[in-house]
Amino acid sequence: MLLIHNGRVVDPERAFDGPADVLIEGEKIARVGPKLDAPGAERFDAKGLIVAPGFIDLHCHLREPGNEPAETIESGTRAAARGGFTAVCCMPNTQPVNDNASVTRFILDRAAATAAVRVWPIGAASHGSQGEGLAEFAAMKEAGIVAVTDDGKPIATAKLLRHVMEYARSLGLPVIEHSEDASLFAGGVMREGPTSVRLGLRGVPAAAESICVARDVQVCTLTGARLHVAHMSAKESLELVREAKRRGLPVTCEVTPHHFTLTDEDVVYDARYKMNPPLASRDDRDALLAGLADGSVDAIATDHAPHTQASKEVEFDRAPFGVTGFETALGLALEALVHSGRAPLARLVELFTAGPAHVLGKKRQIAPGEVADLTLFSTDHRWTFRAADSASKSRNTPFDGREFRGGPMATIVGGRIVWRREN
Amino acid sequence: MSFTFRHLLGTEALTRDEITFLLEQSRAFQGIQQQPLKKLATLRGKSAVLAFFETSTRTRISFTTAAARLGADTMNLQAESSSTQKGESLVDTVRTLEAMKPDVIVIRHAASGAPHFVAKRLGIPVINAGDGLHEHPTQGLLDALTISDRLGRLDDLNVTIVGDIRHSRVARSNIHLLSKFGCRITLCGPAMWLPPEMAGMAPNLRIEPRLDEALRGANVVMVLRVQTERLREPSLPAEEYIRLYQMTPARLALARADAMLMHPGPMIRGLEIDPAVADSPQSCVLEQVTNGVAVRMAILYLLTATAPGGAAAQAG
Repeated sequence: MLLIHNGRVVDPERAFDGPADVLIEGEKIARVGPKLDAPGAERFDAKGLIVAPGFIDLHCHLREPGNEPAETIESGTRAAARGGFTAVCCMPNTQPVNDNASVTRFILDRAAATAAVRVWPIGAASHGSQGEGLAEFAAMKEAGIVAVTDDGKPIATAKLLRHVMEYARSLGLPVIEHSEDASLFAGGVMREGPTSVRLGLRGVPAAAESICVARDVQVCTLTGARLHVAHMSAKESLELVREAKRRGLPVTCEVTPHHFTLTDEDVVYDARYKMNPPLASRDDRDALLAGLADGSVDAIATDHAPHTQASKEVEFDRAPFGVTGFETALGLALEALVHSGRAPLARLVELFTAGPAHVLGKKRQIAPGEVADLTLFSTDHRWTFRAADSASKSRNTPFDGREFRGGPMATIVGGRIVWRREN
Repeated sequence: MSFTFRHLLGTEALTRDEITFLLEQSRAFQGIQQQPLKKLATLRGKSAVLAFFETSTRTRISFTTAAARLGADTMNLQAESSSTQKGESLVDTVRTLEAMKPDVIVIRHAASGAPHFVAKRLGIPVINAGDGLHEHPTQGLLDALTISDRLGRLDDLNVTIVGDIRHSRVARSNIHLLSKFGCRITLCGPAMWLPPEMAGMAPNLRIEPRLDEALRGANVVMVLRVQTERLREPSLPAEEYIRLYQMTPARLALARADAMLMHPGPMIRGLEIDPAVADSPQSCVLEQVTNGVAVRMAILYLLTATAPGGAAAQAG
């Protein structure tokens, strides 16, 4: 038994926000209420802390199998635990691609043996994510995938997307789209705008994303399947998602901490600022913040994309896209949403818990009988993120040395404290 | 007045005073070009690495000549023969070159920002000899020297740049440099090669897609090369370009009578420029080339001879 006492429970699913203790028995939550009495229970004093349902990251790259020098399921999930995440959805663009049940099982076996938090694999939409035949959705679902995607690129054609969505719908799987028009993207390394023009770096217009979101929403209309737009970066894309939601379509979207924090103006030939979608304009960033606050955005997802030092320490044009993100996500969200006064704390918690859970057709709440996945965090603890101290095997973050106010303090998965901040 | 320059990465970061100083220093080397014996011993014992990761003939020869006239040795790396073809990273390549103890490294690279990336990682001065679509600062300086020689000043001129602005590092270096002297710069070219965002790069910058309008009242007309080999976008038919943008005597006549005509080279006669314009008295193309050597001598001299503690000490 573990009693988390003195904390403030924030549970958006149940619309609860107030002082409460949480008693955990085994892997489940046994009781929630004021001043619980549990003789003999191990006690965790959560005085001054927020007790939230376990955070879910809808979008990360754990690189295993295939690129273990950059990350493994073990190192990636240890970083996730330090970020307060209790479950992470890993993208299928591993080597081999997770497009069949044997790869899904490999990932889940490795997770069972080494992972610090829950790993929910996402399967490829097309065979090898090559944009031709469909992958083995049913077999992968039976093995444990929670969604399908060709992340890293969009599902190649409207016709293929239609088939993916029809089939995914019949199996109850959401389709996650990396929305990007390949012809407009071609050769781009950052967002097109005054900065790309000044730096002489090839720009990707915002329309490369929104054109594809428009297509995706239309195919969603055609098929009725659940569509989730990954790492949305452009104002126009957000408008399309808002409009789809108004029309009652099953469309959701996520935004990454780097997109709601940084802009294209931060890019100065440093590959730690190179990711896809690229950092957008100030206008886009502000629109995303508004969308996070007003409920148009469903989830904050990290798009944690580790790369080895050697692969990133090259000319900007040649560097791979991607930044790490687990350990800085909550601190950045607190800064951008709560400390700035843009959104109440409950909204922030929703973006990390109930929001992503609903995308996957799950619930996330602190109630008796639920699995005891909890994230404990502070809203005012001052700390500095040091990439060198990260649990990730990679260091490709633009936030090295950033000072934070508030961040994860303990991560509980299945009733077990898998990480807690020392000092 | 004196300045210490650590690197020369672009004209954007240079102040007006620094540019004026660099041009004054260059003038000192212009005279040497006219002497029968052109070699100095100023940098004897110094060496420069010319690391050209992108093919170049004129810029490399210009730097080689500049170094030779100062008495410095040059070591050459050319993309075709380089280890980058064998998969070595840029960092490893330049660190290897640095380990041979040169006093300065001159870099030409197809990736914008590559010299900045290198400068952060090496202990010796870095000269940008052209990076991707970004900057070509020695070209900007030699253009400024040529303008001030011909017109007697750099201030408050009307400068019109014509061509593929989007892909031109020459345009960017000139825009940053000349705008610091109050020049009114007009950019002209086919719309897809002229992003509207460029208007925000410097004060007094104007985008005018109509060539006739762009040329009116110009003191300086810069014609850019049509760099078809570097374009990834669908290219414009050459006939269309010629029809709308080729610099002809009739068009040049719209500029001021004493307007000077510049071209960074290599020049394709019959495409972006009419041969009659290229050979006209208004053309300064060969002066640009001559001044290029003087400017590069000045830069090599300032970066290797007068850096605090000396370049050798920094490299150690």
